[in-house]
Amino acid sequence: MTENIPTNGFSRRRFLELGFGAAAASALSACGGGKSAEDVAGGGTTSDKKFTGEYDGPKVTLSYWNGFTGGDGPFMDQLVKDFMTENPKIAVKQNTVEWAQYYQRMPAAVTAGKGPDVGVMHMDQLATNAVRKIIVPLDDLTESIGLTEDDFTPEVWNAGIFQDARYGLPLDVHSLGMYYNEDQFSQAGVEEAPTDEESLMAALDKLQEVNPQPFWMPSRWPAHLMFLSLLWQNGGEPYDAENSKATFDSDAGVQALTWMTEVISKGYSPKNVAQDSQYVAFKNSKVSVTWDGIWQINDLKAAKLPFALAPVPQIGSTSAVWANSHNFYLTKQAAEDDNKLQAAKVFIDWIIKKSADWAGAGMVPAAKSVRESSGVQDTTQAPIAAQIEAMKFLPPVPGLGDVTAQTFEIAVADAILGKRSPAEALKDAAGKGSQLMEANKQKFGA
Amino acid sequence: MATSAPGRPAAGDATRVDEEALGLGDTSREPTSRTRGDTRAAYLFLGPYLVLFIAFVIAPAVYGFWISLHDYDYTLPGKPWVGLNNYQKLIDSDSVTFENFWNSMKATAIFTLASVPLLLVLPLLVALIMNARFRGRNFFRAVYFAPYVLGVAVVAVLWRFLLDANIGLINQYAGAIGLPDDTAWLTDTPAAWVGLVGVTVWWTLGFNAVIYLAGLQDISVELYEAAKVDGANRWQSFWNVTMPGLRPVLAFVTMVTIIASANMFGQSYLMTKGAPGTETRTAIYYIADTGLRNFQMGDAAAMSYVLTLLLMLLSVGVFWLFRERNE
Repeated sequence: MTENIPTNGFSRRRFLELGFGAAAASALSACGGGKSAEDVAGGGTTSDKKFTGEYDGPKVTLSYWNGFTGGDGPFMDQLVKDFMTENPKIAVKQNTVEWAQYYQRMPAAVTAGKGPDVGVMHMDQLATNAVRKIIVPLDDLTESIGLTEDDFTPEVWNAGIFQDARYGLPLDVHSLGMYYNEDQFSQAGVEEAPTDEESLMAALDKLQEVNPQPFWMPSRWPAHLMFLSLLWQNGGEPYDAENSKATFDSDAGVQALTWMTEVISKGYSPKNVAQDSQYVAFKNSKVSVTWDGIWQINDLKAAKLPFALAPVPQIGSTSAVWANSHNFYLTKQAAEDDNKLQAAKVFIDWIIKKSADWAGAGMVPAAKSVRESSGVQDTTQAPIAAQIEAMKFLPPVPGLGDVTAQTFEIAVADAILGKRSPAEALKDAAGKGSQLMEANKQKFGA
Repeated sequence: MATSAPGRPAAGDATRVDEEALGLGDTSREPTSRTRGDTRAAYLFLGPYLVLFIAFVIAPAVYGFWISLHDYDYTLPGKPWVGLNNYQKLIDSDSVTFENFWNSMKATAIFTLASVPLLLVLPLLVALIMNARFRGRNFFRAVYFAPYVLGVAVVAVLWRFLLDANIGLINQYAGAIGLPDDTAWLTDTPAAWVGLVGVTVWWTLGFNAVIYLAGLQDISVELYEAAKVDGANRWQSFWNVTMPGLRPVLAFVTMVTIIASANMFGQSYLMTKGAPGTETRTAIYYIADTGLRNFQMGDAAAMSYVLTLLLMLLSVGVFWLFRERNE
């Protein structure tokens, strides 16, 4: 629905990211490794047949779900079409659902046996869906495709593992980036994209002559992703390693959020920036700098804006940026039919190998070989791709996404809107977060 | 309840409806004189609806109550029985849901209190004007009804951008005529409530107006003439003829409007996202989030029951208010 609407970012990605932020939360704790429902790993058994990369069974129809409703949609459509031409025995029926609804609908549909056989979801949703036994392990696929940790960065690779089994194969990574208006930069005499706090502030001061308020601070999405990036840059973690306590109210967190509110109090941003206003304003050249997801590239290109993309500047002591990843999964539905299972594996294998085309959708391919290929080096997001080591992901903990949505997303909004002080807002939210995490542990049997 | 409201909400309502359905006409005779055959015919006519009602209202309601007694997540194999625990959480101020839930109930209450009076009075004024004879009346009627045909998503996205504090047209124009141009219609209270209520009134006013209009057209002209003969001025004839004539319609409109307002979800979900913080997150919004996004169906079902109970009490109050008084 969003493709032709100028507010593309709003409808598609924002919604996406909301679900996603929720989702993202779960991915964040990824490094902690899965610690939930004990019996999950055995949940869906994949087939015993060895995967050969070829499908030789009877004709089969795969149901394939994803949430690529925006500028990335046409690229996936093309990939699916090409796949079917090359593999006439496998028909792929695509169903594209907005991400925000995706994570509500998909589990319901799979439970009812009318869901996807294969699909794409955000990395931070894998654990939640694994513990619910919606998706099944695909370790054998990993082996046969011949992918290893070396092909990815450890963070992306390990986040797909939950309770010793792999549930997701990464297609891409996408992070927050800094978009800036090139015309306004040259008008203001800023020659290079800022890389740290000092250069950012200097640039903003100069930019104020062109745009009195050059860097609008959003109160909602992607505000919490900016917060997470800054929190990590300050050496903090949103959740503790045992995933039983919310720690985003640490000094690192308070500093991060304070920095964000100071962008407003120092006059670089107006107050009360509502959902998506900063993005719409950026598209209309009323804002010179904005931090947003790299998947907005195509939307901004379509708007004919003279923009460029740079990594998020390092404000804190280390470089870090929030990121997430689209992962392929197989459902328990596919696991019940051996032909479908084989066909689905062939499909995943094929698409991941073609993920250079997917870079056209604004994403950074997850596989190193593809990422470093020339096709990707020429894209707008190339500077981001180079920064893949700095990308931080939310840990794969079941239900953590809901915790994020209910806690620091709201705390960040409260502080940005000037309703409460950063410290107070975060402390309250962290208390609530810890309670919710305890409840989740019980529910999912950690 | 909505279906029976336009009739007579008094005690004898049920039998009247039966007889009307049967086409028995004269309702002033004692209903006890009916034969057995009548009753059977009545059940025959009521049967199909009863089946639908049981399948789609009663059964889900009972099932929902069953769910509310469990820690219910349909994707998990275990759905442990928790008794009334989900309800206790709603009255235990230490639980995570307590504060969220009652804040959302408060948001719903604020919205209902602010929107219902406006949605009762303004459409009545519009209906009175629509009922008068003047050129372009049909156009005028259409204009007021037009927004109602839009879906909530269209309305909310449209107004979300019009009302934006920094890039919205409303503030732009307000500034142009010398009013404050930095009102945060979406991210600060009470401005956000003004925005939400205003949009809802603009959007649904036409519906109530059309119902009122139908009611107005039902009032016999002779009554107005008689009032005139008795020397009533316009105000007196409005108060003594129009208002009593509208009472059944008014009861219906009041009920429907209260329920619609108490069920407000889309506007705050799409326009404010509950901002600032969760101040404009309504009960339905929170219930949907809890049940459908977080899969805590047991909690969500318990909250729904509490909301339903309060709405039922409110309905009883409204019926009592509009009861037929014997003077």
